[in-house]
Amino acid sequence: MSAVLSLRDVCIALPSGADRAFAAEHISFDVDAGEIVCLLGESGSGKSVISFSVMGLLPDNVRVASGEILLDGVNLLTLSREQLRAIRGDDVAMIFQEPMTALNPVMTCGDQLDELLAEHTKLSASERRKKTLAMFESVKLPEPDRVYASYPHQLSGGQRQRIMIAMALILEPKLLIADEPTTALDVTTQAEVLSLIKALQRERGTAVLFITHDMGVVAEIADRVIVLQNGRQVEAGEKAQVLRHPREAYTQMLIASVPGIEPPAERQTHSGKALLTVTDLGKIYSSGGWFQKKRTTEAAKAVTLSLHPGETVGIVGESGSGKSTVARCITRLIDPTTGVMRLGDTRLDGVTRGSLMLARKRIQIIFQDPYRSLDPRQRVGDAIIEGPLNFGVSREAAMARARELMSLVRLSPDVLSRYPNEFSGGQRQRISIARALALDPEVLICDEAVSALDVSVQAQVLKLLEEIQAKLNLAILFITHDLRVAAQICDRVLVMQKGIVVEQGATRDVFMAPQHAYTQRLLASAPGRDFQFATGLSPVAI
Amino acid sequence: MNATVKQVLRNGAVRFGLIVLGLLLLLGLFAPVLGTVDPSWLDAINMNQKPMTTADWTGPDNQTAPRTLYMGTDSFGRDIYSRVLYGIRVSLIVGVTVAIVSLLVGTFLGLVAGYFRRVDTILMRVMDGMMAIPGILLAIALVAAWGAQLSTVIIAIAVPEIPRVTRLVRALVLSIREEPYIEAAVSVGTPTWKILLRHVLPNSIAPMVVQGTYVCASAILIEAILSFLGLGLPSEIPTWGNIMAEARVVFSSAPHNMWFPGIFLGLTVLAVNVLGDGLRDTLDPKFNKRGEKR
Amino acid sequence: MNSFLLKRILAIIPVMAIVAIIVFTLIRLVPGDPAAVIAGNMATNEDIARIRTELGLDRGFFAQLGLWSQGLLQGDLGQSFFFKKDVVELIGDRLQPTLSLAFLTLIITVLIAVPLGTLAAWKHGGWLDRALMGFSVLGFSIPVFVLGYLFVYFFALKLDWFPVQGYRPLKDGVGPWLHHLLLPAFTLSIVYVALIARVTRASVAEALTEDYVRTARAKGLPESRVLIKHALANAAVPIVTVIGIGIALLIGGVVVTESVYSIPGLGTLTVDAVLARDFPVIQGVILFFAFLYVMVNLLVDVSYLFLDPRIRY
Repeated sequence: MSAVLSLRDVCIALPSGADRAFAAEHISFDVDAGEIVCLLGESGSGKSVISFSVMGLLPDNVRVASGEILLDGVNLLTLSREQLRAIRGDDVAMIFQEPMTALNPVMTCGDQLDELLAEHTKLSASERRKKTLAMFESVKLPEPDRVYASYPHQLSGGQRQRIMIAMALILEPKLLIADEPTTALDVTTQAEVLSLIKALQRERGTAVLFITHDMGVVAEIADRVIVLQNGRQVEAGEKAQVLRHPREAYTQMLIASVPGIEPPAERQTHSGKALLTVTDLGKIYSSGGWFQKKRTTEAAKAVTLSLHPGETVGIVGESGSGKSTVARCITRLIDPTTGVMRLGDTRLDGVTRGSLMLARKRIQIIFQDPYRSLDPRQRVGDAIIEGPLNFGVSREAAMARARELMSLVRLSPDVLSRYPNEFSGGQRQRISIARALALDPEVLICDEAVSALDVSVQAQVLKLLEEIQAKLNLAILFITHDLRVAAQICDRVLVMQKGIVVEQGATRDVFMAPQHAYTQRLLASAPGRDFQFATGLSPVAI
Repeated sequence: MNATVKQVLRNGAVRFGLIVLGLLLLLGLFAPVLGTVDPSWLDAINMNQKPMTTADWTGPDNQTAPRTLYMGTDSFGRDIYSRVLYGIRVSLIVGVTVAIVSLLVGTFLGLVAGYFRRVDTILMRVMDGMMAIPGILLAIALVAAWGAQLSTVIIAIAVPEIPRVTRLVRALVLSIREEPYIEAAVSVGTPTWKILLRHVLPNSIAPMVVQGTYVCASAILIEAILSFLGLGLPSEIPTWGNIMAEARVVFSSAPHNMWFPGIFLGLTVLAVNVLGDGLRDTLDPKFNKRGEKR
Repeated sequence: MNSFLLKRILAIIPVMAIVAIIVFTLIRLVPGDPAAVIAGNMATNEDIARIRTELGLDRGFFAQLGLWSQGLLQGDLGQSFFFKKDVVELIGDRLQPTLSLAFLTLIITVLIAVPLGTLAAWKHGGWLDRALMGFSVLGFSIPVFVLGYLFVYFFALKLDWFPVQGYRPLKDGVGPWLHHLLLPAFTLSIVYVALIARVTRASVAEALTEDYVRTARAKGLPESRVLIKHALANAAVPIVTVIGIGIALLIGGVVVTESVYSIPGLGTLTVDAVLARDFPVIQGVILFFAFLYVMVNLLVDVSYLFLDPRIRY
């Protein structure tokens, strides 16, 4: 059987002045009909650029420098713009990462499929509509007629991605390129969309090139895997081969960095007097006012939790579950509507922000986005000493402490005079940790603190956090949507859904024997849950 | 910061703007020694002379000597070259002062509106009201009420610009205060006024400087328009607008009276605008990012 | 949708109230005795006293404000000292030339600026783009009256294509009306084209970097459709917004352009009123223009409902 898509020694050149000469070098692989090939890589690996080169959608200043891209034996690089355009959407289709932005917000979903059919087929308007509605049925969209007339913002994220899939597959393309199609989705939605893609692909014998950074997704969906690093093809092979018996050091490191879904058996239990207690915390957002109905959203409802020194408690949940709201209430970045919060014997709720100062010092928070949590116009050193200066520490003493902290987070103290833009995402997150630790807090809140990082960097930062916790006996409240991370780092977890804690307990108990239906569904949705990865590998030291 | 300045100075548009404005500034400053006469002096014998004519000219000292009238004379017999050079002073003073005044007031109001929700609603309604009145009309009306002097003209032109600056700064504050680094500063106990000064203001400087150049350009234009309509500074004061207002009367016979001040006016405003565009390209990281992406 | 409209219409009230207060305060800003200043040098004491009573300057600020706004709500803008006429009537007389000029300018502008800006964004960095950006900086920099005289010099005096100045009302026929109006409208449209082309270019260029444009291209749609149905359709809101805000610029330009071309509209009226220190007229004209601005921007807000389905508050 000849391959549907075939890349032969493809090199993609970046414009001069970029950080490297080639976005991708010497890439060669095949995708056969009915097969799902995963391009796996971290950020900067060149995986997306490769998919765009197949579509002929590279930006103007990026070009394929050498090699061949064959679709059914025809070299796409030799085709004219018009010939390529005829192929796009018809023979090759694509699904993108962010279904909200990938759909035109000012056009109805039906029209967006209709214009595709109008372009590539000779069907009449009514035939096109019939075909579109039928396709909506097959991607399991409820009420196809209503969806047809809906704008993207009126649908949920999962429904929008179904529209994208419907649009990609309606003309039965030979090749489907899926670029991180489930990354922006919640885990339960992700599971549904993955199984939908797989089912449709099997049914139609479509060749699929699936781009992802997520090892779990690879384990779930791939037939074959190609591992990329910095634009180079590191390793390629059958899924089981690559994930269970990786040959290359980089692949081994990647796999070792993926946190296991099964929590370790040994976890110490913390008893005694809790450091932080939250009782019946509630937060209601209200919008509207004079002219329209007042709308209220209950972001968190009756949340009760406690945290001991040296303990890590996780809050897991999907977007909109209220987990971040809880974190922001505890730090009093927002004011809770109801509930009692105590740090030791100090009340955190009800007091004015002024008298909160001393408590502020004892609770610190790290945010998700490493690129936005440091002031771009403030030197790293000044950011770290800002807190201590607020509490009357002398500049010299604060600076000396900052140097110690930099060593603690494994960065050179000499870089304190630099600006944040000189650091990578992982380094910035370490700086954020140093800033939080500068006030010698007793409680550290990590709000999705590793979610924006590549898996290998994530592993390093998590290891660092554990070390620091052991050294300083910190209590950590760890907010995450990532079940694997929670499984490995938390002593206890709370599972939240729509503002309510549906289940809580020791991590191993919750993960191995979930009681609540939602927890069960959440865990069952974790991609690659049943796949046995290679074991005994160690992530590269920091 | 030094690196930023260097990067800014490497931009061609910034260089063009700065060089042209620098030259104009020098011309304006050294106008007295550049072969000019008192710009309001009139020599009734030499009315409506063509450019580059050499005529016997009676100066303020009552001495008559041959003099080349580079740009000719107006219908009162005043030397247009002298008036145009002295006109640089008025335009630059008005442009720069208006920019500074409206930036200072607008920044203060914008910071207050952006950070203190209670003041915000009322303040922004007032600003909406002011913005509903076309800027030139408001300036005209204020000058009409106050009477035209340099100070009143400057304030009259600055007032309509204030809401624009206020809105910009408020929008900047509103977007910056959502940034996690502000929340981080809050959680390490930094008081609000320090957050405004240390985090919000430094991150708004670039767009504000850019806005300042645009305000400067529009102020120079509006001053010229006021003078041109006969509503601005008294006609004996040499402003480009005044020269052109007088040129209207003799336009069909001596159109150059319009062109000389017009060219200077256009060039000055162009230089300021080009400088502003250059600054925006180099300082506004959002814009830069978009440029790189493509 | 109704609540959105209602909200927008109600929002006009505070804005116009503030405009009215600003306009009202104007006279109070006159240093010394406003009545004496307004009456001029030739006035007798009786004249001054009469003006003082007419303007209500002999009463307290709030009493006077109350009286004045009462008149305002009944559509009474007071009497002109100089023209000896009702201000409302005076504005009515001068309305047609001004609205004709503004409307024609608006049409010329949109017809030129939107296609130009869109094409420039599409060929980002190409010759058209650079030419347009150069033109727009020039357009912002050349004062409208200099431009007016340049056009008069070439197109009226040298080429004799258009009349030098003046206005012919519509009832004399569309031909003469247009003939007298084209040059002023073209003059005035330059700065407006610069503004709108620039914003169109920026908005369309931004839309072109969006994911949905990539999707449209991945669907194999022709570039023309990608550009119009996907990029431009999404850029419409900022473009229309700027057209609305630009009305202020347009009105300012109308005042100057009318003066250059001696068009007997509201702009000329304003200048004459200021020269005569005829405050009721100045106040009336400002109120009228502000109302026009607010109404146009209400229309712009309403247009959002059709341009962007996400706006439904």
